[in-house]
Amino acid sequence: MNSKSKLLNNIGNFVIFIGPSLIAFSCVLLIPLIYGVYLTFTNYSPIKLTYEFVGFSNFQAVFTDKEFWQQFVKTLGYVFYSTIFCNVIAFLLAYLLTSNIKARGFLRAGFFTPNLIGGIVLGYIWKFIFANVFTKVGDALGYQPLMTSFLTHPDRAIIAMIIVTVWQYAGYLMIIYIAGFVGIPQEVQEASEIDGATGFKKLCSITIPLMVPSFIICFFIVISRGFMTYDLNLALTNGQPYGSTRLAAMHIYQKAFQANEYGIGQAEAIIFFATVAIVAVSQVLLTKKFEVEA
Amino acid sequence: MKEKKNVFKFAKYVLIYILLILFMMPFYLMVINSFKTTQQFVNNPFSLPKLEKVGFGNYISAFNKMNFLNAITNSTIITLISVLLILLTASMAAYFLVRHKWKINKIIFATLVASMIVPFQAIMIPLVSIYGRLNLMNSKWILIFMYMGFGQGFAIFIFHGFIKNIPLEMEESALIDGCSKIQSFFQIVFPLLKPVLVTVLILDVLWIWNDYLLPSLVLLSPIERTLPLSTYSFFTTYSVDYAPLMAGIVLTIIPVLIVYLFSQKYIIEGVVQGAIK
Repeated sequence: MNSKSKLLNNIGNFVIFIGPSLIAFSCVLLIPLIYGVYLTFTNYSPIKLTYEFVGFSNFQAVFTDKEFWQQFVKTLGYVFYSTIFCNVIAFLLAYLLTSNIKARGFLRAGFFTPNLIGGIVLGYIWKFIFANVFTKVGDALGYQPLMTSFLTHPDRAIIAMIIVTVWQYAGYLMIIYIAGFVGIPQEVQEASEIDGATGFKKLCSITIPLMVPSFIICFFIVISRGFMTYDLNLALTNGQPYGSTRLAAMHIYQKAFQANEYGIGQAEAIIFFATVAIVAVSQVLLTKKFEVEA
Repeated sequence: MKEKKNVFKFAKYVLIYILLILFMMPFYLMVINSFKTTQQFVNNPFSLPKLEKVGFGNYISAFNKMNFLNAITNSTIITLISVLLILLTASMAAYFLVRHKWKINKIIFATLVASMIVPFQAIMIPLVSIYGRLNLMNSKWILIFMYMGFGQGFAIFIFHGFIKNIPLEMEESALIDGCSKIQSFFQIVFPLLKPVLVTVLILDVLWIWNDYLLPSLVLLSPIERTLPLSTYSFFTTYSVDYAPLMAGIVLTIIPVLIVYLFSQKYIIEGVVQGAIK
């Protein structure tokens, strides 16, 4: 084969093998992402016929938008508490399920079930639970805080969001932690027991340090998904009461598609993207420091 | 010592089953209350239903009002075709990227991997703006094309990692025997990908089947609605009559649970593999 026909053959194969992927990826992700950066410098709106360049004024508008930052901080809090509680419960479940216990497969499948269901349906299920079931339990027990629905209380509605998030992801993270537990070499465990490390001591000085990779993955999953939470937010609280649970993703949606401010909405989205990337990456780097070899 | 151990073990069982009951409680409550009237549910959500009274009335009502058959058909078509396209195109692309270490291929791979951390919110507004102006909205085929694009990064990343470890020899001898690149991919490499194909399949099915935001932006007319969209519109339209709403929830969950029951092992394994890589 001469070199010219080889080159043609290579180009032909490139088009066949990578072409479809590349076209779809570019059309729906790459081009919109670049175009999105351009949008942030315009006052484009779908309800106006013309638009012009406005420089950095969209970013200025975002930085002076008090409401956006309040909701931004709320989102950070939501992500923080969700990450902590999801991981603590998932780790506990994985610990219990990897110890000598019967019907492990059944239990594992049970705890995992909430993950199969989308945010919209989960949100509606829990809306009933918070509004009609917890209030009944509160009445029966005479326990004041439960008598009114969490969803109508500006401080507690966000707690409701966190509870549902934990319920949804704990089973998911649990199976990743189980894989981590199972991955700890048998020799290391036996050696540590011979050296007298049992129970809690073994957990702290052997198990946890060896499971750092699992922690990195699990933290990453909740952080990145937590920031993007929209479906659950929409179905469970729809940002209510008084906008107290409107998380960043919902704010961006409403700015763009309800207020028709595409430029400002996209500027918020870019700031949001940068935050997610910084938080997620620094979490990975920070946790990696604790990594040890077995 | 032994007694202490037994007490500890007993406590462990009690704890884990209490947690399991708490985890399953929402599902249980949805099921029992979907067989009651709204009034019975409001009075006591824990009472068991008297079957002869309501029967499947709520289900029939939910089934019709949600246009359930139409929605589940749309969801099935969109999920299946999107996932098959992702599996096919991403595995071919990953194969080519692994086997040809050209500079452009390295750049493409790095871009794809980096794209995985872009949140959908950063794409959503320009996406709607571009496709809206080109008048391409409101079609399930455009939605499928979008899923195909959004699915590439993760799928290619997973396939790439797997294909790297497949030895070259078999393909080389096939090429010498006169096979084309495509033939050798489909006859030799593709069958070896089975375990990773299952992983990507499961994760992408769960993602696309349950996705709400993207279809809500693309599919505007009621006839195109997927299950999450029709659940949402059902709840916002009939928000006062709770009982049929709960029947609607159970209806949307049942197909997923049936699939889960039969492929539970693969699903959990797939999720673990997808997360670890």
